[in-house]
Amino acid sequence: MSTHKISVDVNGTPQSGEVDSRMLLVHFLREELRMTGTHIGCDTTSCGACTVILNGRAVKSCTVFAVQADGAKVETVEGLEQGGTLHPLQEGFWEKHGLQCGYCTPGMLMCAKYLLSKNPDPSEAEIRAGISGNLCRCTGYNNIVEAIRYAAEKMATPQEVAR
Amino acid sequence: MIPATFDYHAPSTLDEALQLLARHGDAAKLLAGGHSLIPAMRFRLAQPEILIDLNKLDGLRYVREEGNVLAIGAMTPEAWLEESAVVQQRYPLLADAVSVIADPLVRNRGTVGGNLAHADPANDQPAVMLAYGATIVAQGPGGRRNIAIDDFFVNLFESSLQPGEIMLDIRVPAPGASSGGAYVKMERKVGDYATSAVAVQLTMNGPTISAARVALTNVNPVPMRSPGAEAALVGKAATEEAFEAAGKAAAAECDPSSDLRGSADYKRDVTRVLAKRAIRRAVARAQGRS
Ligand SMILES: Cc1cc2nc3c(=O)[nH]c(=O)nc-3n(C[C@H](O)[C@H](O)[C@H](O)COP(=O)(O)OP(=O)(O)OC[C@H]3O[C@@H](n4cnc5c(N)ncnc54)[C@H](O)[C@@H]3O)c2cc1C
Ligand code: FES
Ligand code: FES
Repeated sequence: MSTHKISVDVNGTPQSGEVDSRMLLVHFLREELRMTGTHIGCDTTSCGACTVILNGRAVKSCTVFAVQADGAKVETVEGLEQGGTLHPLQEGFWEKHGLQCGYCTPGMLMCAKYLLSKNPDPSEAEIRAGISGNLCRCTGYNNIVEAIRYAAEKMATPQEVAR
Repeated sequence: MIPATFDYHAPSTLDEALQLLARHGDAAKLLAGGHSLIPAMRFRLAQPEILIDLNKLDGLRYVREEGNVLAIGAMTPEAWLEESAVVQQRYPLLADAVSVIADPLVRNRGTVGGNLAHADPANDQPAVMLAYGATIVAQGPGGRRNIAIDDFFVNLFESSLQPGEIMLDIRVPAPGASSGGAYVKMERKVGDYATSAVAVQLTMNGPTISAARVALTNVNPVPMRSPGAEAALVGKAATEEAFEAAGKAAAAECDPSSDLRGSADYKRDVTRVLAKRAIRRAVARAQGRS
């Protein structure tokens, strides 16, 4: 087994560690960096609870080795809120009741952030397709879709939606 | 679950990757997107002693037209094909397929080369590339060689890549005039492997189908073409009767297993229906109707 020194930019902060080759990125985030916002919902790469943005692409961090993130930029749910101000997506999930138990929420938020980075004005169908790798057992998705639309509109015209 | 231990290498050149592979032989496995391999390692279905990660080989990530072929680097993520204007405009069969492979998160990581090299009959790219008549380019200790896709799939999870070989490139012939293609997949839910799926690429000469390739996903132990379906189309007028005959031939020639996705009989009938739908759509596209 090989061990590796890695340096990863997590939400703009340089982080480093020594990891076993077999350590998964999600375990590095949760157990080494103690950033437990990123969740683990399955053993089969199916649920998306572990979604983070790796070098600009939303990925399932349970199916990437930590060593593969050496030198990369990782964005997690902890990076959304800035100086006490919620990200428009977080505000949208609050306003539109986009969560119940909240287990899927960090993954949904990161997937939605990625979606809006590619497509700032997605239709309902595009949102549903965009989050189709993220499972929610509670909400029935409708409010999640509305929350993402809310954020898209707020991010397009901040002055109109701001209160 | 946690994979068994292994040594990890991330070569930054192809030569280095080939040398590592030569040195470690059977103990080593190549890591591409990892979205078949890592799940298998987590279940301890795969326990390679050495992983050779190809992700630093940026030169194997591209999708571009080169003369009369679409060249796809083996390490190209599926998502790149979805985002490629040339794929969307000129390769509708491929465009259909990439939008239904797994889910958007998997497609950001999973590669076209890995999808083929895994030789999983449940994967979607094998049938797509069989229908296009693609060529696989691989390099090993003996140099570079081309493998016709018809010779690529040998057995369940076994391709004709030799130990020591790395797939570099997938070359898809550009569809000619009056040709069209389509991929129609039935899945239980988004992100699932196909219950059945059918890939069709055909060429029309007036009202007649002059060439056709039909391939099937997840209804046979090895990714397969359906020669009977092709014979039922070629030289025939594009009629519903011909489409039904092709669908019946595909259903008869495949060999699905009964599992959670349905009984073998059910999958055969689904294959018949999907084949008709895919052929109908391919003909419409060849005639410029969609
Ligand atoms: C939840 C989920 C759902 C999925 N659903 C689908 C689906 O609906 N349809 C579908 O088609 N796929 C599906 N997949 C599989 C996914 O598309 C994989 O990404 C793909 O099968 C393998 O590609 P990879 O790049 O991830 O390869 P890896 O997992 O890294 O490798 C797979 C195999 O190919 C070998 N290999 C990889 N690259 C090369 C190369 N360049 N040369 C030689 N050998 C190589 C590896 O050594 C390994 O044996 C799904 C996966 C998951 C996790
Ligand atoms: S934990 Fe379920 S996909 Fe990663
Ligand atoms: S809010 Fe409970 S799983 Fe989505």
